[in-house]
Amino acid sequence: MSEALHPQSESELADMIRAGGPFSIRGGGTRGVLSQGTPLETGGLSGITMYEPGTLTMVVRAGTPMADIEAALADENQILPFEPLDMRPMVGSAGVPTIGGVVATNASGSRRVKAGACRDFVLGARFVDGTGMVVKNGGRVMKNVTGYDLAKLVSGSHGTLGVITEVSLKVAPKSEAVVLLAADGLSDSDAVAAMSAALTAPLDVSGAMHRGGGQTVIRLEGIRTSVVERLAALRQRLGSMGSWTVLDVEWAACADPSTLARQEGDIWCLSVRPSAAPDLVERAGAQEVLYDWGGGRIWMRVPEGTKLREQLGDFDGHATLICASPQIRATVGTFHPERAGVAKLSSALRRKFDPSQKLNPGLMG
Amino acid sequence: MEMPRPNAQVLARKQELVARLREVLPHDAVIDAPEEVKAYECDALTVYRCAPLAAVLPSTTEEVSRILAICHEMGVPVVPRGSGTSLAGGALPTADSVILGVARLRDVLEINTDDRFIRVQTGMTNLSVSGAVEHLGFFYAPDPSSQLACAIAGNIAMNSGGAHCLKYGVTTNNLLGVKMVLADGEVVEIGGAHMDAGGLDLLGVICGSEGQLGVVTEATLRILPKPEGARPVLFGFDSNDVAGACVADIIRAGLNPVAIEFMDRPILQAAENFVQAGYPDCEALLIVEVEGSEQEQADQLARIIEIARRHNPVAIRESASAEESARIWLGRKSAFGAMGQMGDYICLDGTIPVGKLPEVLNRIGELGKEYGHMVGNVFHAGDGNMHPLIVFDANVPEQLASAEALGAEILKLCVDVGGCLTGEHGVGIEKRDLMYHQFSTADLEAQMRVKDAFDPMWMLNPAKVFPLTASAERRREA
Repeated sequence: MSEALHPQSESELADMIRAGGPFSIRGGGTRGVLSQGTPLETGGLSGITMYEPGTLTMVVRAGTPMADIEAALADENQILPFEPLDMRPMVGSAGVPTIGGVVATNASGSRRVKAGACRDFVLGARFVDGTGMVVKNGGRVMKNVTGYDLAKLVSGSHGTLGVITEVSLKVAPKSEAVVLLAADGLSDSDAVAAMSAALTAPLDVSGAMHRGGGQTVIRLEGIRTSVVERLAALRQRLGSMGSWTVLDVEWAACADPSTLARQEGDIWCLSVRPSAAPDLVERAGAQEVLYDWGGGRIWMRVPEGTKLREQLGDFDGHATLICASPQIRATVGTFHPERAGVAKLSSALRRKFDPSQKLNPGLMG
Repeated sequence: MEMPRPNAQVLARKQELVARLREVLPHDAVIDAPEEVKAYECDALTVYRCAPLAAVLPSTTEEVSRILAICHEMGVPVVPRGSGTSLAGGALPTADSVILGVARLRDVLEINTDDRFIRVQTGMTNLSVSGAVEHLGFFYAPDPSSQLACAIAGNIAMNSGGAHCLKYGVTTNNLLGVKMVLADGEVVEIGGAHMDAGGLDLLGVICGSEGQLGVVTEATLRILPKPEGARPVLFGFDSNDVAGACVADIIRAGLNPVAIEFMDRPILQAAENFVQAGYPDCEALLIVEVEGSEQEQADQLARIIEIARRHNPVAIRESASAEESARIWLGRKSAFGAMGQMGDYICLDGTIPVGKLPEVLNRIGELGKEYGHMVGNVFHAGDGNMHPLIVFDANVPEQLASAEALGAEILKLCVDVGGCLTGEHGVGIEKRDLMYHQFSTADLEAQMRVKDAFDPMWMLNPAKVFPLTASAERRREA
């Protein structure tokens, strides 16, 4: 492997892309999915360039460690509402997660079910495409329909359309109060039904998870008086659907998917219709499972080498391979194959933004 | 406003085109008589008009596919049209184009409250989508003020917002999947009822692409449980600066109001004359609305009022009944009509960082005086989405030109303070030629490459969004 490149500025990055390639792009390299090519690390493009707590906006360079961002936000009692997921415990990686990696992988956590995904909080982005062209898109305002939304397009593109150099983010005030309501021993389908009951009431549920064979937990957040009142309404609504008690732990302690990685096997993440989730889990032959987003996201561990997508057949959603040996990953593939028409559009976009296939070649297709 | 010269070869083949369209569509779905196509000569930006070659009204995705295949083969540009409510000229035809209206695509295809989505054909109006799930206790969140008329297809094309997007986001945050017909007639399905579509975020770039990437015929939309109730409070302030500071404090406090609306003195006066809204005599008025149960509303309003009191408002009026709520909203909802009483007007929608509100309002006042036009400001203050209304008299020569010139200055000002040209109306033709003020050549090149990927021949709505000089090569190549 050639020596890693560490651009210190956007223009240096653009020069490197024009002169070299292919590149394996990484922030902190913590997400376990890397392509072939010269390692290109964005850590040199670091720093919060603007933070206005009063307008809920932050502009930050891509290589900035998540810890720095979270610390700056904590000082103002604010958060990134999409609850970015730290993948280190899951994939067993070291390194420092960066905002560039979070945005490039659209890495949203549990609050996505209410607040939206990472991409929903990206107000603007700067990136360098595969031809070395520096592009700015979007801005720092909440509403913007001026031209095409390329900031969304590069969010979640895993570096294959461009190397993100800076993003502007919408942040949010931290909730004054949080309460978790939990029940034990619900079957998967009863748990999904209970989570749906919670999410279909006007209670602003901000998290709904279920561990196969274990706990089902529902989270409420907001101003204190409101949380208290919604808790009462939630209890009433869930009434006969289990024995519900208030839990005195952190959400992350319940909803951490990395517990699945403690035993041998492949780990997958599925995005599905919540009501279809229990059946898919059964068909998958999952050894351990964590439902999040009210059942809309499934983390599961299956026996090593399981050809999960073949086993599940056609379903409304997609399955991403998170943890597996390189051999299995090479055979099974990380990302769900796209429908023919969509695949054609995706590859046309890649040819336009990265005609020489320099950026994470082959990573997404 | 300059538009490309119509293609003489296309004009000459009108009869052939119409005959071929009639082969694949019911007779009444192809409109070509000159007096009838006139109905499609403009959208809500009525100062610009041009009758299309023909208009077609398909009822199915298959028909849309056949139409696009024929037009593609014959080299005829297609301008998609929702309900024609665009304020930016997004559905303005050229003389050599076919208008493709989605008005007959009106079916609800699937409702699933457990999984919290609705799948519809995109000719449905925004309000009818909410209407379809209301009896189940749900609603569709984006609520543009034209929601009674505007179609979901147009909402997707323009990434429409509304007064309540402060809490619920705009169209792009509520769109889960689409069935879309590409320029050559190919039908693709993207996303679905699951929360994240996977792969590249094609939905993200389709939303807000102003009908240039494809014709969306079906949409899967997120629906939300309807809150128990909502209630506004009104504050009057003696300066724009103080009102602006109050907005920032409310947002920062994490109270999550669903709407914060701002009206300045010219708008207040117009609204008073028009509907006698009974607003306090002040320089700037805020309407802040909260949602939830009775108790939650009361708690939130109490805290919002506490914040506002620190800014010494000249008036505070908290709604205690549905009637009072309607009274508070009356002037805001009639603001555009009220300004219409004062003359013709141009409505802009530049967005600015919320902290720049006072500075921008003051500068708009100065610019208005310089150009000799009255400008009223009514806008979604929570997200900085301004709506300056420039009054002019269409019967006086030169007035439209000077109002447009003032509009351009105001939009440039929005960009210069860190904002953008348009927050929810779209670029269309109206702001097309200002794009260089916000974007570099490379920025626009990157956007046009997306259109190249979806529509290599540039057949869909080709003369919009990008300055004509920027897109000239591509349109000629086609």
